Amino acid sequence: MIKNMSKASRSGLINYGIVIVVFIIVKILMGAGAMSNMLQSLLIPACCYIVMAISLNLTVGVLGELSLGHAGFMSLGAFSGIIAATALQTAIPFPALRLLIAIIIGAIFGGIGGVIVGVPVLRLRGDYLAIVTLAFGEIIKNIITVLYIGIDANGLHIATKQSNLNLLEDGIAIVKGPMGAVGVSKISTFTAGFILVIVTLIIVQNLVNSRQGRAIQALRDNRIAAESVGISVTKYKLMAFVTSAALAGAAGALFGLNFSSTGAVRFDFNTSILVLVFVVLGGLGNIRGSIIAAAVLYILPEMLRSLNINEYRMLIYAVILIIVMLVSNNPQLKALFGKIIPKRRKGDAEIV
Amino acid sequence: MKKVISMLLVVAMCLCVLAACGAPSTPSTPDNSGSSQPSGTTTPPADGAVVIKIGGIGPLTGGAAIYGIATQNGAQIAVDEINALGGDIQIEYDFQDDTNVAETAVSAYNNLKDWGVNIIYGTTTTSPCVTISSETYADRYFQLTPSASSPDVTAGKDNVFQMCFTDPNQGVTAANYVSEEGLASKVAVLYNNGDAYSTGIAQGFIDQANTLGLEVVTEQTFPADTNTDFNVQLTACKDAGAELVFMPIYYTPASLVLAQASQMGYDPLFFGGDGMDGILGIEGFDTALAEGLMLLTPFNATATDERTVSFVEKYEATYGEIPNQFAADGYDCIYAIYEACQQVDGLADMIANGDNAALCDALIAIFTSGEFSVDGLTGLGMTWQANGEVSKAPMVVGVENGAYVTK
Repeated sequence: MIKNMSKASRSGLINYGIVIVVFIIVKILMGAGAMSNMLQSLLIPACCYIVMAISLNLTVGVLGELSLGHAGFMSLGAFSGIIAATALQTAIPFPALRLLIAIIIGAIFGGIGGVIVGVPVLRLRGDYLAIVTLAFGEIIKNIITVLYIGIDANGLHIATKQSNLNLLEDGIAIVKGPMGAVGVSKISTFTAGFILVIVTLIIVQNLVNSRQGRAIQALRDNRIAAESVGISVTKYKLMAFVTSAALAGAAGALFGLNFSSTGAVRFDFNTSILVLVFVVLGGLGNIRGSIIAAAVLYILPEMLRSLNINEYRMLIYAVILIIVMLVSNNPQLKALFGKIIPKRRKGDAEIV
Repeated sequence: MKKVISMLLVVAMCLCVLAACGAPSTPSTPDNSGSSQPSGTTTPPADGAVVIKIGGIGPLTGGAAIYGIATQNGAQIAVDEINALGGDIQIEYDFQDDTNVAETAVSAYNNLKDWGVNIIYGTTTTSPCVTISSETYADRYFQLTPSASSPDVTAGKDNVFQMCFTDPNQGVTAANYVSEEGLASKVAVLYNNGDAYSTGIAQGFIDQANTLGLEVVTEQTFPADTNTDFNVQLTACKDAGAELVFMPIYYTPASLVLAQASQMGYDPLFFGGDGMDGILGIEGFDTALAEGLMLLTPFNATATDERTVSFVEKYEATYGEIPNQFAADGYDCIYAIYEACQQVDGLADMIANGDNAALCDALIAIFTSGEFSVDGLTGLGMTWQANGEVSKAPMVVGVENGAYVTK
């Protein structure tokens, strides 16, 4: 049956297969107690970064626009998700349902951010999106850093100084300016992370392989040709970009609810670049590459701890990144891999 | 076919990664010096001695590395001293890098748990510490931080104690000092509103100043990212007629503030918090600019008491620099843990069984008993309150002729 399917849907199925198999293996190892505490603590953030990488790949690889502020959308999702989850703490006692609502709200806020940035900027030609998203990420970081948000019986209170928050006796301050969100109850689970990865894969792969997805890729490959056959540039660009931003918001909500405190500075330019590194190393437009690169590169620096090389750990990580970048672009090595795997054809590595 | 092969390869790779690091997390026995040999211990433990595993967390790389390295080194000196005594309690010490990021701190902490840690020392910086303290609270590990100063670190967690003053307390102490000494009646506050430490102290200072009747003529802020030009803020302070500028900020921006104030001919009294400690050591900084600067710091490296002199000597000999207050806080932390452990009944059994929860409860009882006090480099007769805050006498130093003088 698989033989009869198109190449794209076969490749998509394999992606689901990889994620499900890894999830089952991890669950078995956890059940058997054969997994270190450290590795277990990395699972949920790794899921978040995988979703981030897949969603950024939609913007960078499929749409062909450079976004340097993906962490800004993650930040929006994280803080809106945390506020929603904390506000609903008494109304909804089930953590799983609260997490679901928080992730949906995170996705909505991420999407709104995407619309705000995308509507004016995606009409322009050139690298404007890179510049504007870069600024957007910094603006979000600085705004959240000065905000104090609390909740009490009267609803949400937002101020720029703690003394102006005016909470009632039973009110709680959720976001405390530069401290970020403090005292968050951790409700994220690895299973939720796994489901989010699968949902992201379903959304992105179906979008890419749909009529709309082909229009988006046509815009990437030749804008003038695409416009000449009647493809609306702004509509399709906005579709891809907002989907990407909303998924980043969902990942942010899962991420924020995995730690008892989260500061806005966590979602800075470096985080955006980190995700971009995952995408570029995994291959532009290559969704499976994004998944593997995000998982391996996120876990790698923590694995290096076991070598007891404290000061040089991050240095070695950087060297590994450079080596991977060089090796994956080396024509001789590519030819060598071509010989080892005989069926490898040119063009096979594109959109999978 | 190729797809199947690549999928199998991915699965195999994941299995390798997971299996390689999937060491079971059973607490290792004290005399088991396994593969993860900590960097610290130089003397082999004496026979029959109890070996406590203390795990430290702090930034060893990145922008906050100087604080993490100082706390790591200060504690290392205390560990070496205690192990050299050859007493009943020996310490195994490991320090993990968290790059000042909360999520990295969590994996550093879990790495220590896999190592079989008994007591957590750290974390050095505040925002990772807020995350880690709720982890240790859930897992019941005793935690003592040298320098994470936000009240959020200890709020609602009985197992977390601080060696440093909390931020608001530092602000209150500074306001009290300014008022009691009659240093000024009109004060300006200049702080970094992108930094929890700075805003915490400033808020405490302003509240206390209002209570004491000090007039806060202006509050000036700057963001965490752009802190090189302070002319606007200084002009505002000058126009408001401030006689004293309170700036609870780190020493790097503070050195620029002092230089720019001197350029514009504005010469109020500058007063800083403990983050100002280190300003005299900046390369290329004209110490004449800092003349008259006052700061709150728990530690003065030029003090002449026996312990400080010995500590500074050892630190300089080993690491080639003058220790700052972070190193001294770290040193005191290890001694506080050591002295408390000496009072724990059945310590050997708890360690042998890996019963960290019992050890945690025993240490909490000792720390909050009111009778437990520690004499350290950063204060004499330090005691702890039930909420985890330290009680010790604050110290104000002034800069005279390019050196600290205790006021």
